[in-house]
Amino acid sequence: MSSAGSAAVPEHDEAHRGSFSSRRVFILAAVGSAVGLGNIWRFPYVAYENGGGTFILPYLVALLTAGLPFLLLDYALGHKYRGSAPLTFARMFRRSEGVGWWQVGICAVIAIYYAAVVAWALSYTFFSVNQSWGDDPEGFLFGEYLRAGDLGVSASLVPGVVIPLAVVWLVVLVIMALGVQKGIGATAVVFIPLLLVVFGFLVVRALFLPGAMTGLDALFSPNWSALTQTSVWAAAFGQIFFSLSVGFGIMITYSSYVAKKTDMTGSALVVGFSNSSFELLAGVGVFAVLGFLAQASAVRVDEVVTEGLGLAFVAFPAIINEAPAGALIGLLFFGSLLLAGLTSLVSVMEVVISAFRDKFELTRVRATLFVGVPAAVVSLLFFSTTSGVYVLDIVDYFINRFGILLAAVVSMLVVAWVARALPGLTRHMNLTGSIRLGRWWSVLVAVVIPVMLGFVLVREFLAVVQAPYGDYPSWMLWLFGWGVVIGVVVFAALASRIKWRPATSLTVGEEER
Amino acid sequence: MSGAAIVMMVFAMLVLWGGLGLAIYNLVYRSAAPEEEYPREL
Repeated sequence: MSSAGSAAVPEHDEAHRGSFSSRRVFILAAVGSAVGLGNIWRFPYVAYENGGGTFILPYLVALLTAGLPFLLLDYALGHKYRGSAPLTFARMFRRSEGVGWWQVGICAVIAIYYAAVVAWALSYTFFSVNQSWGDDPEGFLFGEYLRAGDLGVSASLVPGVVIPLAVVWLVVLVIMALGVQKGIGATAVVFIPLLLVVFGFLVVRALFLPGAMTGLDALFSPNWSALTQTSVWAAAFGQIFFSLSVGFGIMITYSSYVAKKTDMTGSALVVGFSNSSFELLAGVGVFAVLGFLAQASAVRVDEVVTEGLGLAFVAFPAIINEAPAGALIGLLFFGSLLLAGLTSLVSVMEVVISAFRDKFELTRVRATLFVGVPAAVVSLLFFSTTSGVYVLDIVDYFINRFGILLAAVVSMLVVAWVARALPGLTRHMNLTGSIRLGRWWSVLVAVVIPVMLGFVLVREFLAVVQAPYGDYPSWMLWLFGWGVVIGVVVFAALASRIKWRPATSLTVGEEER
Repeated sequence: MSGAAIVMMVFAMLVLWGGLGLAIYNLVYRSAAPEEEYPREL
């Protein structure tokens, strides 16, 4: 490793890496990263299943005591040490570089499968026009569209998925190659307001559907006994954690592109509350629509409630079939998924590209090609085949729990207890922050959040040990589940052994210690 | 909708959307740090 530079960030280093043109662009990009598919298809279900209207209380506690403090930690790291995740960790504490590469590996895995879901949303945006799924949306999804075969791995490509997936990767790589401002920033500036408008139209339309109020009643009716259940609190902390895009390098990377005098604490509040505000909007929209479906099907709301792929690609098509102006609802819903998914995918890819740029001193275009093309090829090979949906389901389940969650807990412990960097980070954030960080923040980051997330992690681990995930054969769970999780750790260990280029300063941020 | 559901919905909206409004107000009107513009794209 080299530490050839001065303590301050050399101007050419800043110029080489790129930056957002303003605080507004940074906030929109960060919101674009945080607001993803999970806001639309996960939050409403989690809230409904965990106390309905009462869920807002543990959710709010989780936001204030874990989500925002963790977001502030990521912002502090990236903004102070001004690098990609590996460079930031290396600058903070040389031997912690591997934590950054761990986050990079997780992002690479997520990008590879997340692109497939975005591609499905792209396809369904077009399918909405004439309701291509017919009277059997589930049969259409798994049969005609994904052509899901027997459990196992297949090399048989599905043309209907290959083409939209290739288009998604082409769009993403062009955005990445255009750079921080002209690519990522410009995309966020256009897509995030557009997403708000499109989803806002959807919610307004949904609220006027017959049965909408029944759906809202199901979502918001309080169940006070839920507050005494640890599973409800764990769900709240898990939802906040997964929703905010914290702990896997995105916010570190984005905040390294922000001007030094920016109010990062005030920005974090805006990003955190924007994300939660959108989740609430999504809850209203989704449950209004589910209320309509329940009424149209003459069943109770709890019989139609679902989440994830089932909500998006099975329930919503069924709703679109029944609703007046269903095609419009379809365009708005899948268009929203597409916009939210694309901005999140861009942010995940940037973690990887930024890390390789920093480590190997690559130009942006070269790094995009070096990282993006192999990622696109792997994505196409694994997720546009007849077994793609199975592999995606397994990888998603394991990398979220035993990748993101575990890496987040480890990174906090390293920052707080190994590098003992919290006092320096607090001083840094207080230089220009409108909200002063004090000892309360250190306690939350060093103790409260690791304990809470550790609790969620242990619960998840015990759950998967007691009952193997899904109906998959154990070799698939080991290969695409535990295998990928372990593979990312091995990658991180190897990548952190590669020496930094002589021009890369590893002493940035030390002047504030 | 039941009265309890309406109360919880309004409470959630007030807390989250109101929180967003306060956060934006804080950033725009109370932040001492300037809204810097970077002219470069790099």
